[in-house]
Amino acid sequence: MSSQAQNPAASGWRAWLLSASPASRRQARLGRLYIAWLAFQSNPLAMLGLGIVLALILVAVFAPLIAPYNPNAQVLADRLQYFSAAHPFGTDELGRDIFSRIVYGSRLTLYIVVLVAIIAAPVGLLVGTTAGYLGGWVDRVLMRITDIFLAFPKLVLALALVSALGPGIENAIIAIAITSWPPYARIARAETLTIRNSDFISAVRLQGAGRLRIIWSHIMPLCTSSLIVRVTLDMAGIILIAAGLGFLGLGAQPPLPEWGAMISSGRNVLINQWWVATVPGIAIFIVSLGFNLLGDGLRDVLDPKSGGQG
Amino acid sequence: MTTPADNLSTAGAGFKSLSLPSPLRTALNLVVSLLLTFLGLLFVTFIIGRVVPIDPVLAIVGDRAPGHVVERVREELGLNRPLYEQFAIYVWDVLQGDLGTSVLTANPVIEDIKRVFPATLELATVATLFGVLLGVPMGVLAGVYAGRWPDQAIRVIGLLGYSIPVFWLGLMGLLLFYARLDWVPGPGRLDFFYDGLVEPVTGVLLIDSAMAGEWDVFWNAASHIVLPAAILGYFSLAYISRMTRSFMLEQLSQEYITTARVKGVKEWRVIWVHALGNVWVPLVTVIALSYANLLEGSVLTEIVFAWPGLGFYLTQSLLNADMNAVLGATMVVGAVFIGINLLSDLLYKLLDPRAR
Repeated sequence: MSSQAQNPAASGWRAWLLSASPASRRQARLGRLYIAWLAFQSNPLAMLGLGIVLALILVAVFAPLIAPYNPNAQVLADRLQYFSAAHPFGTDELGRDIFSRIVYGSRLTLYIVVLVAIIAAPVGLLVGTTAGYLGGWVDRVLMRITDIFLAFPKLVLALALVSALGPGIENAIIAIAITSWPPYARIARAETLTIRNSDFISAVRLQGAGRLRIIWSHIMPLCTSSLIVRVTLDMAGIILIAAGLGFLGLGAQPPLPEWGAMISSGRNVLINQWWVATVPGIAIFIVSLGFNLLGDGLRDVLDPKSGGQG
Repeated sequence: MTTPADNLSTAGAGFKSLSLPSPLRTALNLVVSLLLTFLGLLFVTFIIGRVVPIDPVLAIVGDRAPGHVVERVREELGLNRPLYEQFAIYVWDVLQGDLGTSVLTANPVIEDIKRVFPATLELATVATLFGVLLGVPMGVLAGVYAGRWPDQAIRVIGLLGYSIPVFWLGLMGLLLFYARLDWVPGPGRLDFFYDGLVEPVTGVLLIDSAMAGEWDVFWNAASHIVLPAAILGYFSLAYISRMTRSFMLEQLSQEYITTARVKGVKEWRVIWVHALGNVWVPLVTVIALSYANLLEGSVLTEIVFAWPGLGFYLTQSLLNADMNAVLGATMVVGAVFIGINLLSDLLYKLLDPRAR
């Protein structure tokens, strides 16, 4: 993407993207994206966040090529070793290579974050836009339900849900998704309220478009950018909650190399073999920092109105 | 058919009473919405209790009990009635303070919660003090030096608070300050030879020991709370300093600040008295919210520091499949959460004349 600057054809692309009179919708859309990218690019912290997130994705995809060992291979003779050339981050209490487990653990982290986002964001979007556009008692009922879910602290509700569903990574994902959608519904509703009385919506309505069509193809697309910002900012929190569930033994189950569960097992040998618990914590920290920085950067570009607000 | 405009206004009123026709109506609105939220809270815990795969009857009688015993216990527990009746009974019981009996401790859940809650309250309060005492000055500095290095440094400290897992930071704190440096005592609320020396009156050890004049116990309890409260307080510090900064920026750009400066008021007075004085009002809401959030953070912190509070109780019950205790604790946390949010709303209205 950024290498376009060195490309001889780049200036042509640039002109096409920045054209003041785009010939097609696609050109206009891509042009706006390009301008947003230019603004994003000038923010070093946001670029660092993007770098971390891209690195996470690459590590997760190429885990088998990067990891020197099988993450679950136990070599009891080599247990609890300090950093060495053979084991860059040492080994855990079952002689498993911590580096390989961290590398494979990135897959679980990404899996959790992506699935939670795919489940929670559309639910929030649907609830929020429907409540906002239809108004009246639909709005009251939906928002009341949203408020009820907001009345629980996220982690505590997730704990109670996992206790009902049973421990495991899928149930942890469902529990986190159930606790994550209400803020998205709030945002989508607020956006919808500002859009619903605009002239272009009235115009669409006069042309005979039904409510479903208006919500689906005219309101939802306009809510997505603030939603994307919020989801990205939430991903750090999702990672922390998933790690917390793993730490408590309620998320991913052994022998899965989930980072929170790895900290939990390292806790038993904390005093003498500090690295077993320390290294996975640093991995969690770096990844959630990456999502926080990326989210902050995206907010500045896509949603400058809400700058500075948590 | 209603017009879009009045649709919008009714939706707004139901959602967050922005239009204030009369104080009485506002109060009524508030009470109704509070009751509905609480009822919803109970409904959620009720549903969670019903989807749980553990059969409460089998948990009592065991899986070898004959059929008629199973039937009788099922009837005694009211599990043969329709769901809405069961829900009504559940609400009625909760309103009377009956949260069922814990399988693990064999006590009524409400008694258990009364016993463990003060420990969480103590931890969260000291943590909030820590967050306010450090977070507010940091936020003020960040606002005054916006864009310069103090602002950047404080921003980084805040960002770290949003990205570090609290349980991991707790473990690292124990490793460094307890195991390596030996500055603080290990996990728990007291060293074991101080245990039971003070009669629990409030359940808050720092208060109980001070009232009893047992200063040995007081200092021991204080040394035990420093590290967990600092770790937990760090997360409220991150939030409080960030919000203080943005409130300060808002105030510092106002004309009365310029006026004060022009009149020759000293700069420290302009910042710490004039500007900060107006920041306190919205800040109260922020502090209350962060206090409520600490309830959540305390779950994991209590595990790491073996702190016998509500979070510790909740997770212990969870790991032992003690559903009455889990749901009771969840319900209490939710209710406290609602209560604190309500309190912060009311405080805001009380302190800010424009919001009345």
